Amino acid sequence: MTILMGAVAYDAKVVTIWDGFRRYFTERGLDFDYLLYSHYERQAEDLVGGRIDAAWNSPLAWIRARRLADAAGIKLEALVMRDTDRDLRSLVVTKVGSGIENLSQLDGRTIAVGAVDSPQANLLPVSLLRKNGLIPGENLTVRRFDVGVGLHGDHIGGERDAARALMAGAVDAACMIDANHLLFSREGVLPAGSTTVIGETDPFDHCNMTIGPSADPAEVSRFRELLLAMSYDDATLRPLLDLEGLKLWCPGRTSGYQALETAVDEIGFYGSGGDVRASDYRP
Amino acid sequence: MSAPATIDLEDLGLESGGHLLVQRGLRDLPVGGRLSVRGQDPALRTHLGAWCRSQGHGIDLTGVTPVVVKGSASSARWHRAERAGRPDVNGVVPRADVRWGLAPRGALVEEGGPPLNVDLIDQDVVWADAARQLYVNGAARQWNPDTAIAWDAEFELPEEIETAVVQVMTYLIENEYAALQIPAKFIGRLHPHYREVMQVLSVQVADEARHVEVFTRRALLRSSELGVSGAGGRASLQTLLDEPDFSLAAFLLSVLGEGSFLDLLSFIARHAPDPVTREVASLAQRDERRHVAFGMAHLKYAVEADRSMLGRMRMAAERRHDALASTAGLNQDVFDSLIVLAAHSWSPAAITDGWSAVQQLQYDMDQGRQRRLAQLGFPADEATELSALHTRNFM
Repeated sequence: MTILMGAVAYDAKVVTIWDGFRRYFTERGLDFDYLLYSHYERQAEDLVGGRIDAAWNSPLAWIRARRLADAAGIKLEALVMRDTDRDLRSLVVTKVGSGIENLSQLDGRTIAVGAVDSPQANLLPVSLLRKNGLIPGENLTVRRFDVGVGLHGDHIGGERDAARALMAGAVDAACMIDANHLLFSREGVLPAGSTTVIGETDPFDHCNMTIGPSADPAEVSRFRELLLAMSYDDATLRPLLDLEGLKLWCPGRTSGYQALETAVDEIGFYGSGGDVRASDYRP
Repeated sequence: MSAPATIDLEDLGLESGGHLLVQRGLRDLPVGGRLSVRGQDPALRTHLGAWCRSQGHGIDLTGVTPVVVKGSASSARWHRAERAGRPDVNGVVPRADVRWGLAPRGALVEEGGPPLNVDLIDQDVVWADAARQLYVNGAARQWNPDTAIAWDAEFELPEEIETAVVQVMTYLIENEYAALQIPAKFIGRLHPHYREVMQVLSVQVADEARHVEVFTRRALLRSSELGVSGAGGRASLQTLLDEPDFSLAAFLLSVLGEGSFLDLLSFIARHAPDPVTREVASLAQRDERRHVAFGMAHLKYAVEADRSMLGRMRMAAERRHDALASTAGLNQDVFDSLIVLAAHSWSPAAITDGWSAVQQLQYDMDQGRQRRLAQLGFPADEATELSALHTRNFM
C-alpha cells in the first residue's frame, strides 16, 4: 500500500525536497508518493476525507484538520515535526526612537501584520495584543500585507512587507517571527540596532506531519521510523534537510498549538467544526 | 554539571556578526557542551533562540544569561569530509577523486555534491614534473601583441613576395587553431587536482590565441585578403584534433608537430623578408619551445611509468600516417611560398637559394624529431623511421 502525502507547493523547492525524500523512502521499501496542493485548506479537507493518508501541515492546517476530524469523529495523529518547529516566538517590533517601548503604548496606533492566514505574523501576535487590551478596529488599526494567502504564512513576503512599512514610517509597529527579525536585521531591511522588540509571544510550535484515517498503521509506523532515522550525517539527505530547514525530525507533539487555537477562536477564523469562517480569507 | 564556558558579546548583536563569536565559543565543546552567552544587545535572547534553532543547537533560557547547548549538526557536516590530497606538489595523488569536484588540492571536502564530469583523473596519464616550472616561466613571459612588435616598422616588399608571406601566415594561423583547440579540449577533461598541468595547458591556449592574433595581423598588414587553405593540410590537422588520448595527442602535437614548428618558425625568422614577419615568428617560437618542453616532460614521465607507452606512441604515429596516406599533405602553395619567402626575389639564383633553404629546413625538422624521439627512449633506427612517417604538413 502506498502512503500518499499532501504538501503545499509554496515554493518550487518543495518538489526537490519531496522527490528526494521519496527516493529515500522507496529505496528503503516504503511505497511513498506525494501530491501537491496550491493551498492548505483543500489539503486539510482531503486528509480528513481520506483522499490522502498524510499531510505536511502548517500549524493552522493542523487546527483546521483536527476540528474537521473531531466533527467527523475521527482521530488524527501529529506523527513527527522538524526540530525547527518547536518553541518559536513571534515578536512585536517598533523603531528605535519612536517613543513606543511597551505594548500598552500601541493604544490608538497602527501595526503591520503579515498575511490574513499567517499564524506567526498575524494570528498569534494579534492575539498577544488582544491579551494586552489592544483590540483591532477599536483601539488599534491593523494594516495587513496579504502575500501568499492560503499558504498560512509559509511565504515570507507579507512579513517582509510589514517590516518595510515599519522602516518607511507607514506604521508604528510590525509583527514577525523571531527568526525573520534576525534575518531582516542581517539583510538590512531592518538596519541593525534600528528596532526594538516590545512584545514577544510565548513559545509555540509550527508544522507537523499529520496522519489521516486512510493510512495503514503498519506503513505509518515504518514512515515514522524512516523519518526519525534521517541523519544530517548523510550527504545525500543533508542538502534536502537544509532545503526543508531542519537538522532532524522529532516526534510530533500537540502541546504547542493551544495559543493558536485561542487566536483562531478569538476572531472566528475557523468554526469549532473546522468550517472556514473568516470572511476576508480567500485562499 | 560543570559550569558552562562563557563568552561576552558586549553590545554586539547576532545580526551584526555575533554568531561568529558564538560559533567560536562552541568550536571546542563536545556535543551537549554548554556555552553561556552574555551581552548587552536587547534582542540577544530572542535572536540567540532563533539562531540556535536554525543551527540545531539547544538553548536554555531559564537563567538570567542564555546558555547554548551544542548540537551535533554543526560537526555532522564534516564527519566524513576528506582532504583532497595536500596543496603542495608532493600532495598529488595517483588517482584524483571525481567526488572532490572543483575543490582545490588540499581542501577539506564535504561529502556530497555533484561529481566532476572529467575522465583524465590519473596522474600517470597527464603529469609532468616540470609542469610547475613551465607554468611559472610561461606566465612570466607573456607578451603584448600590440607592443611587442613594431607594427609600424618601415619596409617595402615586391607584391609577390608579400603574397608569399601572406600565404605562410595563413598556413600558420590554421595550424595555431589546432594547437589552441587541442589543449583547450583536454582542459575540460582534466581533473583540476593536477593543477600545474591545467595551468600549463591554459597558458598554452593563451599563447596560441596570441599567435593567431599576430599572424593574422601580419597577414593583413599590407593585404586585404588571406591566402589559400588546402584540404590536405586541414585533413592532417583533423587527425590531431581526433586523437582522444592525452599522451598520444601530446606526442603528435607537441613533440612531433610543434617540435617541427620550432624549426619552421626559426626558418621564417631567419629568412623573413621584413622585420614584422621576423618578430612574429621569433616571439611565437619562444612560446612553442615551452609547449614542446611540456610534451617531452610529460612523455618521459609516462614512459617511465609504463614502457609500453613507446609502443603506443609508435602506433599512433603509424596510424596517423596511414590516415593521411591518401591526402596531399602540405599544400603546394605553402611549400612554394616558403621558397619565395626565403628567396626574397624572383631571380633564378635567389630561387635556388630559397629552394636550398627549404631543403635544409626539412632536414633540420627531421633531425630535431629524431633527437626528441631518441630522448624519449626510441632506439635510433626506430626514431629515424618514425620521423620519416611524420606528416608532410609539418604540424
